[in-house]
Amino acid sequence: METKTKTDIIRVIIAKVGLDGHDRGVKIVARTLRDAGMEVIYTGLHRTPEEVVDAAVEEDVDVLGISILSGAHMTIFPKILKLLKERDAEDILVVGGGVMPDEEAAALKAMGVKEILLQDSPPDAIVASVRRLVAERGPK
Amino acid sequence: MSTDDRPANVALSPELGELRRQFETWEQLELAGFLRKSPERQAQFNTLTGFPVKRVYTPLDLAQTPAEDIGLPGQYPFTRGAYPTMYRGRLWTMRQIAGFGTAEDTNKRFKYLIAQGQTGLSTDFDMPTLMGYDSDHPMSEGEVGREGVAIDTMADMELLFEGIDLESISVSLTINPSAWILLAMYIGVAEKRGLDLNKLSGTIQADILKEYMAQKEWAFPIRPSVRIVRDCITYCARNMKRYNPINISGYHISEAGSSPLDEVAFSLCNLITYVEEVTKTGLHVDEFAPRLAFFFVSQSDFFEEIAKFRAVRRAYAKIMKERFGATNPESMRLRFHTQTAAATLTKPQYQVNIIRTAFQALSAVLGGTQSLHTNGMDEAFAIPTEQAMKLALRTQQVIADEINAPNVIDPLGGSYYVEHLTTQMERAIFDVIAEVDRSGGTIRLIEEGWFQRRIADFAYDTAIKKAKGEKVVLGVNKFVEPGEKADIETHPYDPSTAQRQIDRLKRVRRERNQREVDRLMQRLLEAARDADENLMPVTIELVRAGASMGEIVEKLKTLWGTYRETPVF
Repeated sequence: METKTKTDIIRVIIAKVGLDGHDRGVKIVARTLRDAGMEVIYTGLHRTPEEVVDAAVEEDVDVLGISILSGAHMTIFPKILKLLKERDAEDILVVGGGVMPDEEAAALKAMGVKEILLQDSPPDAIVASVRRLVAERGPK
Repeated sequence: MSTDDRPANVALSPELGELRRQFETWEQLELAGFLRKSPERQAQFNTLTGFPVKRVYTPLDLAQTPAEDIGLPGQYPFTRGAYPTMYRGRLWTMRQIAGFGTAEDTNKRFKYLIAQGQTGLSTDFDMPTLMGYDSDHPMSEGEVGREGVAIDTMADMELLFEGIDLESISVSLTINPSAWILLAMYIGVAEKRGLDLNKLSGTIQADILKEYMAQKEWAFPIRPSVRIVRDCITYCARNMKRYNPINISGYHISEAGSSPLDEVAFSLCNLITYVEEVTKTGLHVDEFAPRLAFFFVSQSDFFEEIAKFRAVRRAYAKIMKERFGATNPESMRLRFHTQTAAATLTKPQYQVNIIRTAFQALSAVLGGTQSLHTNGMDEAFAIPTEQAMKLALRTQQVIADEINAPNVIDPLGGSYYVEHLTTQMERAIFDVIAEVDRSGGTIRLIEEGWFQRRIADFAYDTAIKKAKGEKVVLGVNKFVEPGEKADIETHPYDPSTAQRQIDRLKRVRRERNQREVDRLMQRLLEAARDADENLMPVTIELVRAGASMGEIVEKLKTLWGTYRETPVF
């Protein structure tokens, strides 16, 4: 039987950025991905974009998941994408989650957020989209 | 708990003995025969909390609740309602929360809602205000006036209530770590208008412990934060006779994912901590308990919610009387605001949210709420539009005016099922409190993440049940309409908000007497260092002198530090 090497395991950072304290969804996502065999780091609340991008680069993750339910997504996601570009870390896949109007979700995807998972996304769909995004990108 | 849980040595009355025989015959004949032909939809049915429910309840179940635990409305233990006439005397307060943009923007929404028949005000603040940051702080970027109104100084508070008579309408301020500063601003505005503080009615939320458990808005570590709550309660007890200095809130515990049981049980754990803190100052429980108020969610399990409201009233009455020695019945009378459950709202087929909300609102009314907010149908998209709020208010008005529901007090009192569930819920509440007491108390268990983990576990289970379709959510896991496009107009965000707000903040800073502000800031630090001093008086002086909320919070952070949670998932 083939054993998984360290490089096969998908590494994810899940982050809450800004002042928003709604952490129900983010904890469910973190637990779901962990239970699916991924390595998951959860930053905890109230992080700045700089802190989150630093952590993502340092931990060499495949995926950076950002949860925002405060409405500040149109400010925070562009900042994250810009910081990743500055750190030459655009191979880190940014996935967003939270509450937002559909047209803003579409706008974020056009900017470079790979996927937006809104409320009531089923756990297996979250796992599937993370696996798909990492497979499409290929090895780092 | 089933009928058979009764202690074996309790003898049934002849009437109940006869009923039991009838029941057993019915089970053997009608029921068994019917089940053979046509099995039930599920092997087991549970409430949202997870209490198993029986197929039918009878006087045998009712007999497990002592008659004195049911009682009469307005009388200890208040199971049947807080007041002797309930809605026959006065309807619940229709209190739709509102808040966005700057103070002027929200003032307009307030006036619109009053014109639509709303009878109380409730204020939603933006994230910076909730967390104690000024609008020009770097952490505030992108958040100013977005999901609530931005308030930095007393000048904002004046504009927020401009043209609204604060002696004739009750005003709720949904604010926690920075609540005492907002209360100081409110007092400052009232005094500037020459109003009598003892005539003001309303509440600040100021329930900081549930923030560490669930909503996660904080500025300082737990203990100094609890001291601030204590200061608000003692200040109001002495200076604002009609004002509720706290709204002990289960709502956010539920929205963070807890069971209905944990929502009310954890709220009562927080109550116990606050009462202990305040009585340490020498105040007797009867001097402040009549002004303690609560805020709960109305979730989706219709009968369990009604039972929950009745049970928490009874549990509160017993705690205040037996644990804290209250003698004034008003100290044992739990009064509460209710909001329908935002987390039950869906984006798909969003009009269904109106129906969900209507049933949740009816539960709250049948459970005896004192005031009610019904959510807008568009809240799974953004904060609500004026139209969505009007429809939500009309939902309450239908219950109040068209369906004759408010004309009889506690109409489900005596229901075999509801009384049984009420007693079951009450016993489970006391089990949770006993566990918390045994394990070292609420603050210690917050520090250990015990409450947070219990909430996260229930939230995760709920997500799994939804994914498996065991918990039905129309439009999400049943009757899904693929390719549905939401045709909905959402509340727009005015991009000029932050600049308008920051301009006013800068003007206030420019025009104030800086030396006076500096002097008062030193006074604030001295007051904070002395744990026996009340922070309210110096804070009122500070906001009058033009100090901003963020400046006051930052000053105290130099003394107390901040709080960082160890996350559990």
